[in-house]
Amino acid sequence: MPLTPAITDLEQLKSRPAVSSLMAWNSAAVKGAKLDRDELSIYIDSPFIRDACFFLRDQQAFNFMSDLTCVDLHPLNPRFEVIYHLLSHSRKERMRLKVQLAGDDPVLESIVPVWPAANFFEREIFDLFGVRFLGHPNLKRIMMPDDWKGFPLRKDYPVEGYR
Amino acid sequence: MPDRPYHGGSSNVATLSPSSDPNSHTMVLNMGPQHPSTHGVLRLVLEIDGENVVRMLPDIGFLHTGIEKTCEAKFYQQVVPLTDRIDYLCPMINNQCYVLAVEKLLGLEIPARAVWVRVMLAELQRISSHLVWLGTSALDMGAMTVFLYCFREREDLLRIYEMVSGQRMMTSYFRIGGLALDLPIGFLDRVKKFASTFEEKVDEYEDLLTNNPIWRQRTRDVAHLSAEDGIALGASGATLRASGVDWDLRRDMPYGGYENFKFEVPVRQEGDVYARYLCRVQEMRQSIRIVKQALEGMPSGPIKANAPKVILPEREKMKTQMEALIYHFKIVTEGFSVPAGEVYQAIESPRGEMGYYVVSDGTAKPYRVHMRSPSFVNLQLLNTMCEGRLIADVVAAIGSIDIVLGEVDR
Repeated sequence: MPLTPAITDLEQLKSRPAVSSLMAWNSAAVKGAKLDRDELSIYIDSPFIRDACFFLRDQQAFNFMSDLTCVDLHPLNPRFEVIYHLLSHSRKERMRLKVQLAGDDPVLESIVPVWPAANFFEREIFDLFGVRFLGHPNLKRIMMPDDWKGFPLRKDYPVEGYR
Repeated sequence: MPDRPYHGGSSNVATLSPSSDPNSHTMVLNMGPQHPSTHGVLRLVLEIDGENVVRMLPDIGFLHTGIEKTCEAKFYQQVVPLTDRIDYLCPMINNQCYVLAVEKLLGLEIPARAVWVRVMLAELQRISSHLVWLGTSALDMGAMTVFLYCFREREDLLRIYEMVSGQRMMTSYFRIGGLALDLPIGFLDRVKKFASTFEEKVDEYEDLLTNNPIWRQRTRDVAHLSAEDGIALGASGATLRASGVDWDLRRDMPYGGYENFKFEVPVRQEGDVYARYLCRVQEMRQSIRIVKQALEGMPSGPIKANAPKVILPEREKMKTQMEALIYHFKIVTEGFSVPAGEVYQAIESPRGEMGYYVVSDGTAKPYRVHMRSPSFVNLQLLNTMCEGRLIADVVAAIGSIDIVLGEVDR
C-alpha cells in the first residue's frame, strides 16, 4: 500500500460526517483538518475543546475516549499539541482532535466532565509536559515525585535527565 | 531551570489525609506498595468506615522508567525491545502493536506467513497472560491450587516462546516488516501438541472454580461495574465485555490479519468479578481456536517484506553481496527514515485496548511514541468498583481488572 499525500483541504474533507457536523455546530471552533494514512485529525481552537467533546459524544456517537496525549513541538510556536483519540463503538470509527497551545503558559479546559477517563491522562500530561487543565479534580503529578522540577517529556529536557 | 533540580528522596504524597473532624468515623488506611494482591508496586490509599471503603485513591508511578522518553532517543528498530518491557505478560502483543504502527507509517505490506505467525503467537500470549491472571487472582482470594495448574501450562508456553525467539519473556521477536527469523523446525508440531491438549486443561480450571460455592460467593456481585460507567471511565477488554458491552477490536476493527479468523467474543451482562472471570476463561478457549486455525492455514513463503532499506538483509546475502552489506551497515549505524506523519494503532491486548501513537518527523528516530496502556486506564475503575463495598473485596477487584504495573507506569 503506497502512501498517498495527506489531505488538508477543509472543503475536501467535508464529506466526512465528523468534519461537516463540527463545522455546522461551530465553524469558528474548527481550525483545520487532515486526513493522513486513513486517519482523520481535526484541529480545534483551544477555548472550544470541552464543548466540542460534549458535542461529539452526544450528537456524533463518539462515546469512548481511548487516548489523550501531548506532543512537544519545541522550538516551534504554538509549542504543544494536545491530542485526543476518540472512538465510536456504534460507527466503528476513530477520530483525532488536536489542540495547539502556546509554550509560555499552556492552559486548557479539562474534559473530565465529558469523560472521567481523562482524569489520569490529564494528570500525566500535566506531570510530563506541564500543560495545566482547568477544572481538573485532582491536578497533581502522577508518575514523577511531587517535588520534581521540570517536565521530562518536553523536548528541552535531556534524555539522561539533569545530573 | 536550575542546575540541580532534583533534591531526591521523596515519594508521591497521596491526597487523602485523616479527617480533622472529631466526629468523623472514617480512618485512612494505606495498602501497598508491597501488598501481595497488587502484583507489582501499586499503592492504594483507602478511606474506610469500619469495614467499608468510603473512597480510594491509587498512587502510581513507582515503576516509571520513562520508556516514552527513551524511545525518542532510539532508532525505530531499537524501540522494539523497549516495548517488551512495558508488559511482561504479553511482550509480543506489545511488539505487534508497535510494529503495526510503524508499518502503517512506512506504508509497508507484510507477507502472509509473517501475518499468520504474528496472530498465532499473539493468541498464545493472550492465553499465557490470562493464565497468569487466573492463577494470581485466584491465589489472592485463597484458591492456591489453580495457581499451580495455570503455571504448569504457562511453563509450556514459555518454552514455546523460548524455542521461537530464544527468550522466555522479553522475546522481541517481531520486527518492523516481518519477523526476526523463520520458525524453527518442529515448532508448529509443538504448538499443535499444546493446542490439542489445552482445552482439557481449561476444563480442569473450570472444574476447580466455576461451580465452586466458595469461589462464587467470593466473586459474584462483587466489584460491580455498569456499562455506562465502564465506557465513561475508558474501560476496555474483558473488563468492559463482562459489563455487557460487545466490543472486541479483533472482530470490530480488525488489524494485523484478524479478519481471516473465526472466533466468538464472550460477553456477560453481570459486570461483577465472576463475569470477568467467565469472560477471560472463555477467551482462552477462543484463542486456542484461533491458534488451531492459524496452524491449519499457515502459509509458506517469506517472513519479511521486500524493503531492503528498512529490513536487515539475510546473513548469507550480507556476506556475499556488496549491496546487502551496504544496506546492513546503513540500517545499523544510521537507522532508516520514516515518512513524516502520525499513526494511532490500537489492538486488543489481554487487558483491553492497547494503543501506540507514533509521530514521525521524517528522521530515523521517532519524534514521539505514546502508549495507551489499558492497565493505566482500567486502574481508574477501582474507585467506582470499591466505593461502599467491603475492604476485603478490594483484593478481588484489583485481581479482576488484571493490571500490570509495568504497563501502568511505563
